[in-house]
Amino acid sequence: MIHTDGLRLAIDIGGTFTDTVLLNRASDVVATAKTPTTPQRPALGALAGAAHVLDDAGADWRHVTGLIHGTTLATNALIERRGAATATITTHGFRDILEIAYERRYSQYAIDLVKPDLIVPRTHSLTIGGRMDVSGHEVSPLDEAHVAALATELKALEVEAVAICLLHSYANPAHELRLRDLLALHAPDLVVSLSHEVSPEAREFDRLCTTIANAYVQPLMAGYLQDFETRFRQKGLSCPILMMTAGGGMTTLETAARLPIRLVESGPAGGAILAARIAEATSEASVLSFDMGGTTAKLCLIDDFRPQTARKFEISRAERFIRGSGMPVRIPVIEMIEIGAGGGSIASVDRLGRLQVGPHSAGSDPGPAAFGKGGDKPTVTDADLTLGLIEPARFAEGRLKIDPDAAHDALNRDVGGPLALGPDQAAFAISEIVDESMAGAGRMHAVESGKDLGNRLMIAFGGNGPLHATRVARRAQMRRILIPRDPGVGSAVGFLHAPVSYEVIRSRHTRLDTLDTKGLNQFFDAMQAEAEQVVRSGAPDAPLLQRRVAYMRYHGQGHEIEIKLPNRALTHSDVGALKAAFEVEYSRQFSRVVPGMVIEILNWGLAVSSPPPAHLTCPEVPRLHRAVPTGSRQILCDLTGRWRSADVFNRADLAPGAELTGPALIVEAQTTTFVSADFNATVDGHGNIWLTQQQEAQK
Amino acid sequence: MIQSDTRLQVMWNRLLAVVEEQGQALIRAAFSPIVRECGDISAGIFDAKGRMLAQAVTGTPGHINTMAEAVKTLCVRFAQSDMKPGDIYMTNDPWIASGHLNDFLLMMPVFYRDQVIGYTACTSHLVDLGGLGMGPEGSDIFDEGLLIPPCKLVSQGEVNALLLEIVKANSREPIANEGDIYALIACCEAGSDRLVQMMREFDISDLRALSDYIIETSRRGTLAAIAALPKGTWRHVLRVDGYDDEIELHAALTIADDHLLLDFDGTASCVGKGINVPLNYATAYSVFALRCIIGADIPNNAGSLDPFRVTGPKGCILNAQPPAPVAMRHTLGQMTPDLVYGCLSQALPDRVPAEGASCMYDLPLRHAPEATDQFALELVFNGGTGARPRIDGLSATAFPSGVWGSQIETTEAVAPVLFHRRELRQDSGGAGRFRGGLGQHIELSATKNQDLMLFLSVERIKNPASGRDGGLDGAPGRITVQPGNRHLPGKGEVRIRAGETLSFETPGGGGFGLPEHRSEDAILTDVQSGLVSHEQAQNLYRRQK
Repeated sequence: MIHTDGLRLAIDIGGTFTDTVLLNRASDVVATAKTPTTPQRPALGALAGAAHVLDDAGADWRHVTGLIHGTTLATNALIERRGAATATITTHGFRDILEIAYERRYSQYAIDLVKPDLIVPRTHSLTIGGRMDVSGHEVSPLDEAHVAALATELKALEVEAVAICLLHSYANPAHELRLRDLLALHAPDLVVSLSHEVSPEAREFDRLCTTIANAYVQPLMAGYLQDFETRFRQKGLSCPILMMTAGGGMTTLETAARLPIRLVESGPAGGAILAARIAEATSEASVLSFDMGGTTAKLCLIDDFRPQTARKFEISRAERFIRGSGMPVRIPVIEMIEIGAGGGSIASVDRLGRLQVGPHSAGSDPGPAAFGKGGDKPTVTDADLTLGLIEPARFAEGRLKIDPDAAHDALNRDVGGPLALGPDQAAFAISEIVDESMAGAGRMHAVESGKDLGNRLMIAFGGNGPLHATRVARRAQMRRILIPRDPGVGSAVGFLHAPVSYEVIRSRHTRLDTLDTKGLNQFFDAMQAEAEQVVRSGAPDAPLLQRRVAYMRYHGQGHEIEIKLPNRALTHSDVGALKAAFEVEYSRQFSRVVPGMVIEILNWGLAVSSPPPAHLTCPEVPRLHRAVPTGSRQILCDLTGRWRSADVFNRADLAPGAELTGPALIVEAQTTTFVSADFNATVDGHGNIWLTQQQEAQK
Repeated sequence: MIQSDTRLQVMWNRLLAVVEEQGQALIRAAFSPIVRECGDISAGIFDAKGRMLAQAVTGTPGHINTMAEAVKTLCVRFAQSDMKPGDIYMTNDPWIASGHLNDFLLMMPVFYRDQVIGYTACTSHLVDLGGLGMGPEGSDIFDEGLLIPPCKLVSQGEVNALLLEIVKANSREPIANEGDIYALIACCEAGSDRLVQMMREFDISDLRALSDYIIETSRRGTLAAIAALPKGTWRHVLRVDGYDDEIELHAALTIADDHLLLDFDGTASCVGKGINVPLNYATAYSVFALRCIIGADIPNNAGSLDPFRVTGPKGCILNAQPPAPVAMRHTLGQMTPDLVYGCLSQALPDRVPAEGASCMYDLPLRHAPEATDQFALELVFNGGTGARPRIDGLSATAFPSGVWGSQIETTEAVAPVLFHRRELRQDSGGAGRFRGGLGQHIELSATKNQDLMLFLSVERIKNPASGRDGGLDGAPGRITVQPGNRHLPGKGEVRIRAGETLSFETPGGGGFGLPEHRSEDAILTDVQSGLVSHEQAQNLYRRQK
């Protein structure tokens, strides 16, 4: 008997599949569905998934008291260039902010390098006279007489949207606001994005790019969100609809339609949120989330139950996995490292005789050779199949016919032949290379963040995360892994654990020792008002939480360190404590402080959020008992490289307290957990699988 | 069975990841703007014979080969039998480390089971080493600041305090220097720890099999790339602006069956200002240029670098000898790719780009001596790159250096300057079937009633970037002061008075192929975008009927 009161629905629309999850009041998953995404009308696929889970639960629309939606639509519109015709208006004399960018090649040895397409061609970049200085003082007034001519030009260019980015508008937005109002008189149909609203940070190239990206997807997203809401309302949904953002919070449809750039990359953020909530429930303060799907793997560092955040990421890269090859977007995001390693990643041998795996992927269509859907390149999934780690009959609940011979043939032809290896050895080698590259990316990401991987708990999910977790963890010197329930739809589950929130980051350059606290407090008051207004519309009654930070550095350095501020007006007596907090964090990251150096602050952040929904609890682990396998399979051991027998278990059969020893395979609908020979597994009271590396198995 | 080559390859990948990690750690902790904006650092791992196994791909090519040679030199200087765990060696000798005093190189022996099994090394650019400061005005190396010969900086974990005090006492930025040296020490130690960790994990007791595998695989790949090239010797002369007088750089490139030899014989002698280039630095940029075309996909190590040999007569400006001043060795060092490409394009006409602006357009600004408001800015604005054989050049983009340009808003936040313009220079890209990249036009003045000091060391004012294969030259650089249209030479110290505006126009890249072969579409797009004027489209691209 399922209680149908207070059900909450999460819908994650991805490029290929739409994941739908239904949770009850106690935050238990009641039903899940994976339905094909319907690119023409994405809301239709979402409706199908929602109907599916409600049906499974014997509930109907009346019982739904919350709907949280995440979508890759904005991301895909940017990647596939399906946005609006967009123009820019920048300060006179600075037409080429976009063309000049950072003057840099993203790949050192690539002579024939092509720079990323930044959406707006030079023909569509216009300028207007008027200048603010760095403190927000007007150097010369806005050339209002020129606006009519600009409007005429914009009409001739037949643009639908315009991105306005004037120098130092983050310090004084008066010219941007005035320009918008004047343009509205001449061209009322134009969709306008203002840089100081989209991304009020210094650095004109980044701010312009962010504003362009927002303007570019805004008409499309506004239309989509309206369609989505209308269709769900027609079905009888009466609760508010909230949208998942890249920063890991939820926001209203109204804010989403105004700032659609904040919806980009919201799907993966859901996975990190889920991992953070599990970390909290299990009191694990240092975690790495590991989300491996068909095309990529995404890693996120989670400390003290908060996913690591960043203020910048890249979209539409010219080379997908090369940093600096894309368009920077400066908004608050959950920081993830994404590498081209997934089940569909293709293996090949380069001209030096080195085995390469990824970043190219066969995806799910044509997919791995074993899928028999036209793919003939050997992939990571083909290797896992050959290693015996995937049971062909039970893959994707038996809905996909798996052809192990096709996998063997592809491995032989493209890897085994050139390297003089048999198919088993070729598969083993592919696993070694891809697992090392994921572990290496994790280590690198930790170093760049001033953190360490050792002693972290890995929380693994996604279609391939549980399958590769032990192999990656071992290479990253991580000894403990947790596989949550429903790992295949982890992102959608994560949506239901997100708070309503909004974060503002704004530039204001100052030295710590000469801090103007009065001006700064007014500055924070304005940020707080802006953020609260957004959050209140999505969480009218909730008590609101606040988080204030300063991004500090030694004068002369390029790298800033985030320091938490008290949630109140600052006084001069706080300066000493801020300096001390900076020095503690600096010496943690760089092992020593630099005495006598001036400390400066360029950016300030303020986040307002509702309290997160129901706290996950983890019942006591009951007495351990040996789990009973349903059978066994021959697998190629990842430690010894020799064939041996592994027990096979059904995840559904494993009760809390179940215990088993590797090598073993734990099979469920959307994935398999591989327990390597040096790991054992236990199931906790919440149904999480814990994998622990055994001391004696270590070298 | 575990296939051994795969294991070796996994370890190779691990070493490449470790050096990148080291490099990132160094950049994050750095105080020098050139390090954080350009990643002007290097990190590498070496075997017990001092052969380089892996090197981080960092922002600038100035450390390619340089570091490999430096570690070899230190390995000869200090006997392995005298080394103890926790020892770290250091030098900033331009002829050993990286061509000028600002670059500090540290090297640490890595011990495993009481044996030296390899070395880690790293290099970083320190802010200030005293002397006249970073600029071309020194007349010998002694004017340029403090030189520390190879020595032991850390002895069994104990830092030589006196040495550190000497470095600090001889610098205008003692705290930043100390911070950077500690970052270098941490970088060596972290690399050493990671290397030992990897050896434990893979259960190996030395690096012999691994280093043979890396070096042999890389050498084989490089030789295969060389084997596919035409054989012979090609010569080229590049005329550059120099300090007072123009200078000729000569090169002869020989492609043999198993190596390439670049010889600077014929190149002009050193001059009395600090634009002379030690051979290690000229080699770094020359080899970088060659490796962009030949075997670009093979990582830098002893095997891939070995077939590239560079030589030049002692005392020529590309093989400067002590005590020649070398502070601004990058001005001409960064011109060597165009010199090398002048040779290589004769052998591979359809693979080598036209000449570009090449030398980065530094705009170091400081307060005037009498000013109360003190500041120092190290701005970089690049010109255009040469057109490629099948594609236009890149506008306002660094090549061969990997330096990042500056942002106006952050620059105005740290110094009392106001920019009036930063736009591409119309018609500055050399015309051709493929057009050279455009330079940019900067205008700025002081925001306060005070003078600005500018320290110039740029090229291509008198000698623009040449086109190739019928392509025309890019526009030369042009630096003027308004009002009055006072033209400035490319090198030397200039005072910009309060109320004056500095106009800084960077050079365009050369074109590739005959302009009349450019497609109508491409010309139309250029004109519509305003990159090329109607007049230039008429005059330079008019079809020959």
